[in-house]
Amino acid sequence: MDHAQNWLLSLGTFLPLAGVLVMLFIPKKNEEEAKLVGLVTAVATLAVGIYTLTQFDYDAAGVLQFAVKDQMWIEPIGATYTIGLDGISLPLYFLSMVITVLVMIYSWNHIPSPGNAKAFFILMLVLQTGMAGTFIAQDLILFFVFFEVVLLPMYFMIGVWGGENRQYASLKFFLYTMFGSALMLVAFIALYIVTKNNSADPAAANFSFQWFMENSDLVSKNTGLWIFGGMFVGFAVKVPMFPFHTWLPDAHTQAPTQGSVILAAILLKLGTYGFVRIAIPFLPEAAKTWAPIIGVLAVVGIIYGALGCLAQTDMKRLIAFSSVAHMGFVMLGISTLTPLGINAAMFGMVAHGLITGMLFFLAGSVKERYHTLEIKRLSGILIQMPRLGWILGFCAMASLGLPGLAGFWGEFPAILAAWNPAGALVDNGHETLYQVLTVISALGTVLAAAYLLWLYQRTAFGTPAAEFAGGGHGHGHDDHGGDDHGSDIHDVNSFEWAAWTPLLIAIVLFGVVPSLMFDVMDPAVQLITDHFVAGK
Amino acid sequence: MFAEGTEAVHESAGWFLEHAWLIPVIPAVAFFLIIFFGKRMPRGGSEFGIASMLGALVLAAGTAFQWIDRVNSAGHGGEEGEHALGLVSGMGRAVAAASEEAPPHVDAVSKVWSWFSVGNLDVSIGSYIDGLAVTLLLLVAFISTLVQIYSTEYVRGDRRYTHFFASLTLFSAGMLTMVLAPNMVQFILGWEIMGLCSFMLIGHWWEELPNAKAALKAFFTVRVGDMGLLVGTGALLMLFGTLEIGEINNLAANFENGDKGMLMFAAIALFIACIGKSGQFPLHTWLPDAMAGPTPVSSLLHSSTMVVAGVFLVARLYPVFHVGLDINMLGQDVNLIAVIGGITVLIAAGLAFVQDDIKKVLAYSTVSQLGYMMMGLGVGAWTGAVFHIFTHAFFKCALFLCAGSIAHTGSHHSFDMKKDMGGLWRKMPVTFVVWIVSTAALMGIPFIGSGFFSKDEIIDSAKYNDYKIFWIVGIIGAGLTAAYMTRATYLTFFGKARGGAAHFVHGDAHHDDEAHDEGHAVAFAQEHADLDHEIDSHAHAAHDAHGHDDHHAPVHHGKPLPFAPTDSAWQITVPLIILGVLAVIAGYLNAPALGIHWFEHMTHSSIGAGSAMVVPPPPKFTWAAAAPGLLLIAVGIGLSFFLSKAVFGDAKSPFKGLTQRVAPLRWGHKFLVNKYYLDHLYENVIVRFVAYPLSKAAYWVNQHVLDGTVNQVGLAGKRTGQFVYKYIDQGLVDGVVNGSGTTARGAGGQLQPVQSGKVGMYGTLLFGAAAVAALILVLVNS
Repeated sequence: MDHAQNWLLSLGTFLPLAGVLVMLFIPKKNEEEAKLVGLVTAVATLAVGIYTLTQFDYDAAGVLQFAVKDQMWIEPIGATYTIGLDGISLPLYFLSMVITVLVMIYSWNHIPSPGNAKAFFILMLVLQTGMAGTFIAQDLILFFVFFEVVLLPMYFMIGVWGGENRQYASLKFFLYTMFGSALMLVAFIALYIVTKNNSADPAAANFSFQWFMENSDLVSKNTGLWIFGGMFVGFAVKVPMFPFHTWLPDAHTQAPTQGSVILAAILLKLGTYGFVRIAIPFLPEAAKTWAPIIGVLAVVGIIYGALGCLAQTDMKRLIAFSSVAHMGFVMLGISTLTPLGINAAMFGMVAHGLITGMLFFLAGSVKERYHTLEIKRLSGILIQMPRLGWILGFCAMASLGLPGLAGFWGEFPAILAAWNPAGALVDNGHETLYQVLTVISALGTVLAAAYLLWLYQRTAFGTPAAEFAGGGHGHGHDDHGGDDHGSDIHDVNSFEWAAWTPLLIAIVLFGVVPSLMFDVMDPAVQLITDHFVAGK
Repeated sequence: MFAEGTEAVHESAGWFLEHAWLIPVIPAVAFFLIIFFGKRMPRGGSEFGIASMLGALVLAAGTAFQWIDRVNSAGHGGEEGEHALGLVSGMGRAVAAASEEAPPHVDAVSKVWSWFSVGNLDVSIGSYIDGLAVTLLLLVAFISTLVQIYSTEYVRGDRRYTHFFASLTLFSAGMLTMVLAPNMVQFILGWEIMGLCSFMLIGHWWEELPNAKAALKAFFTVRVGDMGLLVGTGALLMLFGTLEIGEINNLAANFENGDKGMLMFAAIALFIACIGKSGQFPLHTWLPDAMAGPTPVSSLLHSSTMVVAGVFLVARLYPVFHVGLDINMLGQDVNLIAVIGGITVLIAAGLAFVQDDIKKVLAYSTVSQLGYMMMGLGVGAWTGAVFHIFTHAFFKCALFLCAGSIAHTGSHHSFDMKKDMGGLWRKMPVTFVVWIVSTAALMGIPFIGSGFFSKDEIIDSAKYNDYKIFWIVGIIGAGLTAAYMTRATYLTFFGKARGGAAHFVHGDAHHDDEAHDEGHAVAFAQEHADLDHEIDSHAHAAHDAHGHDDHHAPVHHGKPLPFAPTDSAWQITVPLIILGVLAVIAGYLNAPALGIHWFEHMTHSSIGAGSAMVVPPPPKFTWAAAAPGLLLIAVGIGLSFFLSKAVFGDAKSPFKGLTQRVAPLRWGHKFLVNKYYLDHLYENVIVRFVAYPLSKAAYWVNQHVLDGTVNQVGLAGKRTGQFVYKYIDQGLVDGVVNGSGTTARGAGGQLQPVQSGKVGMYGTLLFGAAAVAALILVLVNS
């Protein structure tokens, strides 16, 4: 298994860049060609991803597979090109490929103003490389580079194709994330120096994950806390956790639909993934101290995000705030340091990606048809666009954590886990704290129902507002079949169906058969949480 | 009995018992068939729904027969335990059930597959069949079938006919999934699916705001309770390390030296979920609003599904509650479940007196009866409570369907008893007879109604188990039930025909149920042609302009309707008759008064027993013990009948409109003038003084305090949200970020030459700066 097919991950990660190269030679005005090359590249990348899925050894999901090890990359600083895929990375790695393809399909006839499909598609491909790379990187410097690669395309996506306030939002997004990244990098380098200095064999030191995992006990408690703090800020901004979340609503609101979808589906997960993959396994001792803090902030985020949602008058902004609440559940799961909690968190990441990604798609399509997302002005979507209305209802239900749909498996096990946190945390006397957190987070599920159904009731139910009721169609026709729609406000079109159907199927599939994902993640998660059983 | 005979039964538990998991699968599949192909089917998908419910019913019946056989043979041989363990060797794995104390103990038949496993938590999916599950399976499948048949007529031509049947079918699937859940996760799955379906069905006519709001309120209120379900499940996992219901019950029943406080917490948390779901005080306010849904929905929701889910949870995990809350402990005369149940019995019964809407009377009646069930569980009358679920389902379903039948062809789609009903007994004989029989059952009249046997056992147990307060609550509740049902019966069927029932439309038909009515009226307009056909003989000449669609075109007072009240089509009357018959005979499955304890025998093993849990057997029935309750029922009927006649009977009487004014003097006057009531004057005044302001006050509290609190909390949540968003989020936290952004921009301006767009340069600088910072960090800490 060791070095079998070790080209596979590199191919999957860098193939989009090859597409970018080809696209550079296509004149800007040949939009169709550019889009075609972009989509073909993304589909080819997805094909590599599917092949990876078939080749992955699910019985050894805890072990890095398709690994490339210790290829020196930047010799002087000990950075290596080490990559690999295990059960934690696989779902997110694959999800990033799927999302890119779906977003491209959606973009086929939805290029936001000011146009320029070529540049837009190139950015998406670059983003894809960055996202996939982050999930396969097994070296801190490599991870950091990919982590940062993601930043620029998204900055341009928001800044060029965004809404009226795009300049502000994109700058805020960039600055905030950079601020976090800087601290994160400080932490990475500090960790390297500390482990190198304290190691019996300093020459062996490098930036590979393996090195840090094996030498996690070389970091003194106090230093570990500081280093964890640096990583915490970097990842927490990306998640985003309360109180580092304020860039998110702006970025989401201003971003074009495609940007919002990618942001919600993948980019936010870079932060939570960082916690699971780097911060906690590298610094298990510090993690025990930080976990309650993370838990408290997570729960504050759940309630706070939900309250924020209730105050919104804009549909897209509401969905953005709901991300804060949902990522709160993910972080709550992580903060329990139990296999159940971290599995729930991993599941929650993918589920949130699918569901909130879908919600942003829907918001985009509503905006395209009504030219507004103001909740007050929207009503009767179910009458004017019955299918879109149903999908919106479906996604709202999925988002509020209805069992049988994917969202539930991120929330419910996290709540169960929070009631039963890791033994190490119980030893430290945090059991009561976690039980209080559990109850409050359960309140979050109530609020989630409130804001989502309230949104749904106001936008989908009722009759269409007079200003949008034109087109001569409406009530009377819907009474019979429900399939009629006006010519100006039309129901889901074929590109949208193509982009959405896989997500909708996945939401149901993972909801009904959660073992599809739990079985893959669980072995890898167990390795991480071994540190935290009682008495260790 | 099933053809395989005894030998097959002894080899395995029986095909039906092992394949009970198919019962919810069938309607679940039907749901998808309806969604995807329903509109293309000649009957709009309802054929899938009905077929699936019939399929589920056949399987449930088979399961019931084999369970009965199993109990009977266990009574003789008593070696079923081994068989139960051996039966699931194939694909699934066996879960040994419950303890072996109580004779004759019958092990549950469990058939489970691993659903998923995470960390050290294994979650299974499958079926867990015992007496309790069998009871509910049969009940749900049966009632759902009848309700679906009924609905083919009732919602015919509805704008969302297909969706209606899809939701109805999924609703039943959710309940069935929950009923046979072998573990808490599957239980929650079914529980929440029902929540979703109730949202879809209550808001079926979502074009109108009140319906949409009622749907939201129902889902949201139940969701508040669900917090308890989530947290309580977490607590159970902590205590027992498993979520399998059989194991939890066994461990809880033998709970000796664990964390008792945690068990109590788990019980309370789970009970909060039951309060929300089963409409117990103080979370019952969603139930009356839920009447905004079509009547078949109300009937299904209030009889066998949804609202009994909470009671079912307590019954299902009875050892957790019994041990956790020390029920039947020596010296205990009050506990949480009994208190909540008892309060619910009384306040809901009181509220039922002041309703004009027939469905709301029934809704409060349901709340009150659910209170009985809870109270029964709270005082240790497990069998009585579960049997009351069983009997209540039939007569309450029948009552709702009667109300629907009246609205459908009797009162011009109105549910207002005062405005649009009266004198219907002659015109709708089938509906009337079924109503009377079901009402008798609800009141608990011996031998005519099944409710007597179940309710009396609850009341009796309360006395026998030293819960004296709840015995009193029980008999008072019985009297109140009799009284408010008499009032409703009188208003609906007796006296003079009014409004719709007199085939006249009010110009000002702005009654409570308008939203419902409106929705239905639209549907009705479409099926108008069909309906005309059916009621041709009653049709007046003036059915020109579809004039009964009074919400689209204002209709003048006194305009004759196109038809006169009549009994409905067979799709409606046949289910009514079946339910009416069952409302009478279902009680005889467990009639202590006649020495019949068959139901108890069949379900006894589901109660749970262990070293920490001893549930007293039901008390021996004596007429002397039943007498006070029966007396109050008789008094309730008598009083209410005479009062109703006086207040509502004569349109010209000075007492008309008295319901709006509490005027004790007029009361006295009335009873003085009307000699026939003189004998009862004193009692009447007292009843009126106490009951009427009391129920008014309760209703006021209900509408203003409880309902108001729900609304205020929602509003406050929104305001807090707005405040937090406006001042803290946008002002403070964001302000800090913006401030630093400005600073950074300033600094960026200074660094312009350095930045100059060169990525390499930028990278080097960043990396260098970070390295310096890292060094400092390390030096400081080493």
